[in-house]
Amino acid sequence: MSGWIGTPAPRGGGAARVTGTQRYLGDIHPADALHAKLVTLDCARARVLSVDPSAALRVPGVRLVMTAAELPQPVPRFGPQFADRPVLAVGETRFHGEPVAAVAAESLDAAEEAATLVRVDCEPLPAVTSVAAALAPGAPLVQDPDLRPGDPLARTNILREHHFGWGDVGSAAADLIVEGTYSFPMVTHFAIEPHGFMAAPDGDGIVIWSTIQHAYWLQREMARLLGMPLARVRVLAPDPGGGFGGKQHAKYEPLVALMALRVGRPVRLILTLEETFQAVRRNAATSRIRTGFRRDGTITFRDLEIDYLIGAYADIADRTVSKGGYSSSGPYRIPAARVVARSILSHTPPSTAFRGFGAPEPNLAVEASMNEAARRLGIDPIELRLRNLPRRGESFIPGDTPADGDWAETVRRAARLAAWDSPLPPGRGRGVALGMKSGPTTGHSYATVRLLADGSAVLYSGTSDMGQGARTVFAQMAAEELGVPVDRISVVMGDTAMVPYDQQTSASRSTVLMGNAVLGACRQIQAQVRSMAARVHGVDEAAIVVDRGVVHLPGRDVAIPEVLGPGLGPLGGEIIGNGESRHEVVAGHPLGGLAAFFEFNCTVVEVEVDEGTGEIAVLRHVTVSDVGRAINPMQVAGQDEGAAIQGLGHTLMEHYIFDESGRIENLGAIDYRIPTSMDLPADMRSAVVENGDGPGPYGSKGMSEGALIPVGPAVVEAVRDAIGVEIRELPLTPERVWRAISERREEIAAADRSALTGGGA
Amino acid sequence: MDEAGPVEDPALRIVLTVNGRSRTLAVPPQRTLLEALRDDLGLIGTKSCCLVGECGACSVHLDGRIVDSCLVLAVEADGAEVSTVEGLAEGGSLSPLQRQFLERGASQCGYCTPGQLMAAADLLERIPRPTRSDVEEGLSGNLCRCGCYYQITDAVLAAAEEIAG
Repeated sequence: MSGWIGTPAPRGGGAARVTGTQRYLGDIHPADALHAKLVTLDCARARVLSVDPSAALRVPGVRLVMTAAELPQPVPRFGPQFADRPVLAVGETRFHGEPVAAVAAESLDAAEEAATLVRVDCEPLPAVTSVAAALAPGAPLVQDPDLRPGDPLARTNILREHHFGWGDVGSAAADLIVEGTYSFPMVTHFAIEPHGFMAAPDGDGIVIWSTIQHAYWLQREMARLLGMPLARVRVLAPDPGGGFGGKQHAKYEPLVALMALRVGRPVRLILTLEETFQAVRRNAATSRIRTGFRRDGTITFRDLEIDYLIGAYADIADRTVSKGGYSSSGPYRIPAARVVARSILSHTPPSTAFRGFGAPEPNLAVEASMNEAARRLGIDPIELRLRNLPRRGESFIPGDTPADGDWAETVRRAARLAAWDSPLPPGRGRGVALGMKSGPTTGHSYATVRLLADGSAVLYSGTSDMGQGARTVFAQMAAEELGVPVDRISVVMGDTAMVPYDQQTSASRSTVLMGNAVLGACRQIQAQVRSMAARVHGVDEAAIVVDRGVVHLPGRDVAIPEVLGPGLGPLGGEIIGNGESRHEVVAGHPLGGLAAFFEFNCTVVEVEVDEGTGEIAVLRHVTVSDVGRAINPMQVAGQDEGAAIQGLGHTLMEHYIFDESGRIENLGAIDYRIPTSMDLPADMRSAVVENGDGPGPYGSKGMSEGALIPVGPAVVEAVRDAIGVEIRELPLTPERVWRAISERREEIAAADRSALTGGGA
Repeated sequence: MDEAGPVEDPALRIVLTVNGRSRTLAVPPQRTLLEALRDDLGLIGTKSCCLVGECGACSVHLDGRIVDSCLVLAVEADGAEVSTVEGLAEGGSLSPLQRQFLERGASQCGYCTPGQLMAAADLLERIPRPTRSDVEEGLSGNLCRCGCYYQITDAVLAAAEEIAG
């Protein structure tokens, strides 16, 4: 019955998704629930002088107007890194969309009406929305220094400054030094399912529903905040309708929980898409880079200063900064590296995890520099990278996990698929870039599998399936090990009262870390089946091997389900297996632990630029990822292409636009564009390298982020190749490209004029 | 002091046919078709996202036309035929489109899937043998952030093939 690994097994939960019966959070209506609406201001930063709920309270059906004054004092704060975010704004708002109050009413209409009637007397204050403004002398402080006791940076807008590196950059010799400054835009996740939160009192505990990816993290945070034992906090986290990192940590769960406890009824808050834009985004970043090369292309040093623009509260952003900064020098053999990565606070929505987790921002600078170096050294860009790639097993970040794949094979495969050496017609350009990201640095997952009497199975996992297909791959693993077809396996997720603990769903970890726990649970079942087979068949246990769904008895093989019936006997029952997988903390490590694996991707794009309009057409997009082993090739291709297309979004079109007050001008789907079916590369080729060299089941690695990381620099280079101008700021909107072309033409014309007039003074 | 419940705007009585079944509803004038389907009829397959007619998650058929149900008032559907994703499977078996979506990996998180399916069904009504660019253009109003556009197009083309025989 085995043979499930490496097959396009049908998506777990697929039938529910195509029939419209899948229950996402917004499809769940607890009986008697009140509808909540946030009260926000039309600017980023304002001193809140008073909040008067009286008119709102007169709206029929309104049951509660929660203000900061109504909350426990001091107002509780929360967050995954620093407990810096208040449940409602305290004293002043710090980003456009930060709520100063929330209304709960019998109907959404009543809540919306009442929210407009909450009278907020406030005084708008200047806001900082860029790195330069946040660091300017005399800039307003985003966070109250009292919140940062003992922090030498408390009187600045720098939340943290991280230093990484090795060797001596200062004394490294170089034949060529390439330097530049590159800007990455502020973009949002735009999961098609907006974020939603519900809470209901439950005896002496609470039930919280959330679109969250990390149900168990939320349970811990809410237990702390509410002073309840973990056992009294139940988190229900239905499969999110897209997460991409944006749904990792708490946003308004603490607010709805406190409201539900206050009114003694369920409270339901479903954000609008506009409110979701104000809830989650990726860091913007400015990266300054210097890289030294020898004439033969060997890198001698890399020096990077990355200013990540985070929001008004830390959320998990500073972790994206340290993790992204730590490995930002790239997948190269570098004798000396220096990285300074800073988290800069601003009056903007809190930035958080987003596919790539701090890696895409500096990668733009690193890979664009590699392309510039190739040009100036006269070395082919593919060849330049091959000369500097570490081999499998070679250490490239001293003290961390060595290179864990045949990365050169990935690069060569991409070059072949892109017909790298073929000439291009005029007006077209081609670019290559690599993407590398460290996988999880710590992890802890449990899984439980029950093999039922009829040979079907139920698998319990705290992973969140937000589209990456975790349900499917776990079912494939159990099918492989237990000899049960995937259509006879149910996967239960998303309920802390049902599934065992899992640290989180992030960093493309689940196939590897939860996968190993699933494998462990199946091994326990296999061990019990072995004893059972020994008893049923009167054979010495030592003579029996149970592997991949088959019981190998002396002289013959039987399927596991065949042993089960006689083994369980007339009372029936089941066999339960529990698995645990740990990726341990490493004391003293800058990130707390070693990379469990690396995601490695090579992307090549080919573009055509319309010089009249500045529009870029991506004609070909090749993405090759080293995945170790593709458990489900169809899902792997879906994740790889999806990541590539998301990368084209921030490369070509996506960015927040702020007005001077810090108000976001392009909230929502009309003014913030993401790729549609009309924006796709004409030819997308996604391929994988599979050497079975990953730490996950069957040699798998995580792979859902790699293909997003190098898209920006690959397109930047392809556009430069086409029009002769390198644009160092994303997104490459038609206007930006058109202006670059125009400036270039003016420069050429000026040079011509200057030549005609004899070279000037 | 404690009123019985929220005071609603006066309800209007509408009769519409949803997935072949006649339904009578009392709706306030501002209620959208999306809300009526989801909240009054419990047809949760039609999804809510942008509410401004840009994302396509709420696509349904209204008298044979594809519409964003967030932009249609429920009262405008009085007397109309509405079909939703719940009406696609016939006799409990998946339609060719639904089956091809599954077989070709065209549904990842699945949140946009009902809208994609309704837009695809509309497209195949109008253009039974579409080209790849017909499909990409026909479904361009339906956003998929998981980015499985190629798989969706492949699924629609395969379903068209299957239906046409």
